[in-house]
Amino acid sequence: MELNDVGAMLADTAERLFTTHGDAIEGAGRDGGWADAAWAAIEESGLPLALVPEEHGGFGIPATEALALIRQTGRHALALPLPETIVANAALASAGLPLAEGPVGLAERANARVPWGRFANTVVVATDGGLQRHADLPVAAESTNVAGHPRDQLSIPEGNAGAAAAVPLLELGALARALQMAGALERVLELTVEHVSSRVQFGRPLAKFQAIQQELAKLAGEVAAASAAADHAADAYAVGGDLTFAVAVARTRIGEAASKSTAIAHQLHGAIGFTREHALHRFTTALWAWRDEFGTQRHWTLALGKRALSAGRDCYWPMVVAA
Amino acid sequence: MTALRFPTPPVHEAAETLRAEVRAFLTDVLADRSPLQRADSWNGFDRDFSRKLGQRGWLGMTWPKQYGGHERSAFERYVVVEETLAAGAPVAAHWIADRQSGPSLLKYGTEEQKQTILPGIAAGETVFCIGMSEPDSGSDLAATRTRAVPVDGGWHVTGTKLWTTGAHHADYMILFCRTSGTAADRQAGTSQLLVDLKATDGITIRPIIDLAGQHHFNEVHFEDAFLPSSALIGTEGAGWEQVMSELAFERSGPERFLSSMQLFIELIGALQGSTSEAAELALGRLTAHLVTLRRLSRGVAAMLEAGENPGTHAAIVKDLGATFEQELGDIARNLVDAEPDTASTSDFIAVLAHNTGNSPSFSLRGGTREILRGIIARGLGLR
Ligand SMILES: Cc1cc2nc3c(=O)[nH]c(=O)nc-3n(C[C@H](O)[C@H](O)[C@H](O)COP(=O)(O)OP(=O)(O)OC[C@H]3O[C@@H](n4cnc5c(N)ncnc54)[C@H](O)[C@@H]3O)c2cc1C
Repeated sequence: MELNDVGAMLADTAERLFTTHGDAIEGAGRDGGWADAAWAAIEESGLPLALVPEEHGGFGIPATEALALIRQTGRHALALPLPETIVANAALASAGLPLAEGPVGLAERANARVPWGRFANTVVVATDGGLQRHADLPVAAESTNVAGHPRDQLSIPEGNAGAAAAVPLLELGALARALQMAGALERVLELTVEHVSSRVQFGRPLAKFQAIQQELAKLAGEVAAASAAADHAADAYAVGGDLTFAVAVARTRIGEAASKSTAIAHQLHGAIGFTREHALHRFTTALWAWRDEFGTQRHWTLALGKRALSAGRDCYWPMVVAA
Repeated sequence: MTALRFPTPPVHEAAETLRAEVRAFLTDVLADRSPLQRADSWNGFDRDFSRKLGQRGWLGMTWPKQYGGHERSAFERYVVVEETLAAGAPVAAHWIADRQSGPSLLKYGTEEQKQTILPGIAAGETVFCIGMSEPDSGSDLAATRTRAVPVDGGWHVTGTKLWTTGAHHADYMILFCRTSGTAADRQAGTSQLLVDLKATDGITIRPIIDLAGQHHFNEVHFEDAFLPSSALIGTEGAGWEQVMSELAFERSGPERFLSSMQLFIELIGALQGSTSEAAELALGRLTAHLVTLRRLSRGVAAMLEAGENPGTHAAIVKDLGATFEQELGDIARNLVDAEPDTASTSDFIAVLAHNTGNSPSFSLRGGTREILRGIIARGLGLR
């Protein structure tokens, strides 16, 4: 099979799985449960290996195609740690550690709120000494984020010894969240366009009112910006550019787009968008959570600001161009 | 397709080599230009500078060689445009022609027009202005009242164009006007005509002073001005379609978010040594916007290179860019104590004052915010 066929096939498989198992995943997630069959099917498909180089057991598809799969999970607001598992496997491979078994709990530091920690079979932790891989760790404290997804503290064994990975875990997690947010924002725009086109008030679809059109244009601008910022970070990963800078740009810009876009989308949906019945909330609540996970928006904005300030007036523009 | 994806700008080796040459050139020729002068890049009128760009082969870069062009890619042109703007170079003498009048003539002009006009633009010798807006026709361009009445061998033009940037310097104008029918026909019956401003009788150009006291735009009055038949650009009656295409060129470039770059740079200068988190957060946010805008804008260049129409995409970049630039001044004022004054000896304060006086125009010129958002809404299929 040609490589680009493998990438396309994985994308098709992902779409089919996320659609088929969507309700089950959603239902399980809402009750604090775990969609076993869905995860098994995802693992079977090989999606968790998407970003792993061929020599380490992956498919060898281009990194941008593998990262596009993470974006696709965002388009479904997928309530499973597949993005975390995809990037964790890439990190494990680069560190010469065995790939993950089962879903990964990704901990960018020892006391992190680990996504789906209670369900993780493998835990990957970043320490000062490098990357650690653990199996089934006990949960120290359970909690959830504003989307209702588990974020748990785990009892991670003490000790700083670890293996050297190519890319810091924090950046990988942050890149995943950037891509998920870009995907979710595209769906938020689509849902909002659909809603204002079908909802009739005052005898015509809302879409025909200029005030509504202007708000949607603003929303489209934010989504386009988020999308471009995510692409930019994915490209930086693929070509080995300054990932920390690109991720900081992406998380800062996409976080802002998430805030502005969710506000517009909810305004234009009216009361129906403020319910659990309507799909919109799955995307907006996830966006509200994701903007501050694997480094808060403030963390990334500050990091970027420090770079800008230290570049100074003469080196600022060259820094922007090189980014 | 409601998700407006922008194409990935390719990595272009030749463009990056060119960037180093352009930077070295600009460092040299702009050595004496003060930050305040640099902030006025859009209105900086300097034929000498434009000629030098032309001599380097950096105008009309993408056009065929037979018309004085250099057959280089849209990305190489992009590098020249963004570097000149970021450096605050005086671009007013060439850039309307390079950006939109030239490309329009290349697309719609007669062979004679292309042969006589384009080489001069590429050499940095020929200055253009845009004759679209009128007293009663701003956003509603189809309401044009300027009328060209067919006469033996050409037209007699009567009417008034308004806000015409650089008309007092320009050699030519591309005039949008009615050539048949009545105002009720709207878009139908409009055309574009090439006006030789230096050789046509019956044209009066009157300065209009902007709120900051600068003279860049004008009122241009036509009183039975005779234009020869050869002045017609493209097809008679197809003026609307042509002018929309010209506007897509006008809106597609990085100037829509780089016209306040000098303020951003001086703000970073003014904050040197600061350990304020508020300052770092603000600079971080603005940097994220700037890097993203560049990415979007280079995506538009990729569309131009592929021969696609970037109308909706360009409207998004221009709208986001204007919003970004209009926020800058207030962000700066919140971070650094200053009473804006163009006469200040502080570069930051002088540039801040300049920016304050210009910022309302960012979301007006080249199509207002509301009109752009209408275009985006159409791209989303809402209208
Ligand atoms: C610095 C500067 C340079 C310029 N240079 C040139 C030039 O070289 N050549 C040239 O031809 N023109 C030029 N212009 C004119 C510019 O293109 C017009 O200002 C612009 O198209 C708006 O027209 P207007 O000013 O008549 O405003 P109007 O069209 O009267 O608009 C006023 C307000 O109403 C809003 N509005 C209008 N119609 C609608 C609608 N249907 N729905 C919602 N809101 C609406 C507008 O968005 C705006 O906010 C320049 C303008 C400026 C400020």
